Amino acid sequence: MSERAVFAQDLAVGYGGPPVLREVSFAVAAGQTVCVLGPNGGGKTTLFRALLGELEPADGTVSVSGRPAYVAQTERTRLDFPVSAFDVALMGTLARGRWWLPPRPDDRAAARRALGRVGLADQAEVPFGELSGGQRQRALLARALVQDARVLLLDEPLSGVDPASAGLIDSVFADLRGEGRALLVSSHDVESARGFDLVLCLHRRQVAFGPPGEVLHRATLEATYGRELIVLDEAGPARAVTVQHHEHGPHEER
Amino acid sequence: MSGIELRAMLEVVLAGGFCGALGFWVLSERLAYGAESLSHGLLPGLVLAGLAGAPLLVGAAGGAVAAAALIALAVRDPRAGPDTGTAVAVTGLVGLGSLLALAPDAPQRLEELLFGDPLGATDTDLVAAAVLLAAGGAALASLHRPLVATSFDAAGAGALGLRPALVRLALLAMLAAAIAVAVQGLGALLVLAVLVAPPVAVRRHVRTPAATMLAGAVVAALAGVLGIQLSSLAGTAAGASVALVLCAAAAAGAALPARA
Repeated sequence: MSERAVFAQDLAVGYGGPPVLREVSFAVAAGQTVCVLGPNGGGKTTLFRALLGELEPADGTVSVSGRPAYVAQTERTRLDFPVSAFDVALMGTLARGRWWLPPRPDDRAAARRALGRVGLADQAEVPFGELSGGQRQRALLARALVQDARVLLLDEPLSGVDPASAGLIDSVFADLRGEGRALLVSSHDVESARGFDLVLCLHRRQVAFGPPGEVLHRATLEATYGRELIVLDEAGPARAVTVQHHEHGPHEER
Repeated sequence: MSGIELRAMLEVVLAGGFCGALGFWVLSERLAYGAESLSHGLLPGLVLAGLAGAPLLVGAAGGAVAAAALIALAVRDPRAGPDTGTAVAVTGLVGLGSLLALAPDAPQRLEELLFGDPLGATDTDLVAAAVLLAAGGAALASLHRPLVATSFDAAGAGALGLRPALVRLALLAMLAAAIAVAVQGLGALLVLAVLVAPPVAVRRHVRTPAATMLAGAVVAALAGVLGIQLSSLAGTAAGASVALVLCAAAAAGAALPARA
């Protein structure tokens, strides 16, 4: 295996009480893409928070090559906050330190390059709240690109995104992979997981981890999604969709 | 124009300049209720300083810390909820402050503490306001990028290596300092006007956080000068006049068409 980018061994994570995610062991090499599947409350966001260092492992170990970049769901951002797409991309330079000083010319140049990569060069000065859902997701992706991280964590980046934006985001993923960066992408879309190098299935514990061909089978998906899983083609290997039951409890999206 | 009025203008321009800029973050972080609670809750500290012959600034600072601690304690009761806990704590503190201020030995009149008296600005008050503008302005400038990133997306800011909880704590510290200084000019009841009215007046007409803060500072300073002038011409209370001009500016700014 080439350089190891992410590693977890017998990881258990919680929010002060009993672990809400446990028995997680996987390794991701530089340049690999991983689709993290699981129902709401299955532990996808908890895993990302552990990888970001926001949650201490209750048990086991986790290591990440450098500080990972994180792309949140656009719903978690403030649409009424007066920042432009360029301002959002520029926030990525805060990861370089020097937060108390104004951005330097090379910081601004990096933000403009990142916006160009995600196809938002012409919308740089548009307020973030006035961008379409797909454009907002691309602006957040630009912020992550500016961080220049070896590992990127993306929380449902293609959820509710228009086809044009989805295509652009996919092509950026391919570029990042080619640059030797590791991508962990959480998703509800079982079918899209086939395009990744690896699939990690979570349901409060690790259900499965491996190449899509080995993981995406009916038994695994049923163990991952339970009653949220609908198999469309009984004869096929795992042509499946999930039905999400959005519950707005205190630990939503864990 | 008298020397007293000039000093009053200087006081409201210096303290108002910082409060008008800080107000953007008060609104953005939805801290208006917290700011109101803090400014009302520090009344006992002001009165005790008056009784002890200490500078009101010391009383305001001590009162703000005590009020913040009591409010933090009150909101922990899950049966009442944070809003009710805050309301009970603040009402109790205002009641205590009024009781102390109405005591026969109290040198300071209650209305001066509630509604302020910029015409009574001392040299110490002016120095405190100048320090607030200089030090607070420097803090706002150096924390500008972390504040923007945290307010826009706290989870994303954490992933950038920032500490959103510390950024918010710094903001609360600046708010407490602003209230402790400005409360001497506008009083415990009216000081909220200089924090909230300027950003309300300008936020629909400018696009960026920095422009909103700058415009808010200018509106607060101009409203301060106009309010003192108005009080001089009409013979009205100076603090209340400044507060009314500030609120009129907010109403005008909210009524004017937003920038396209």
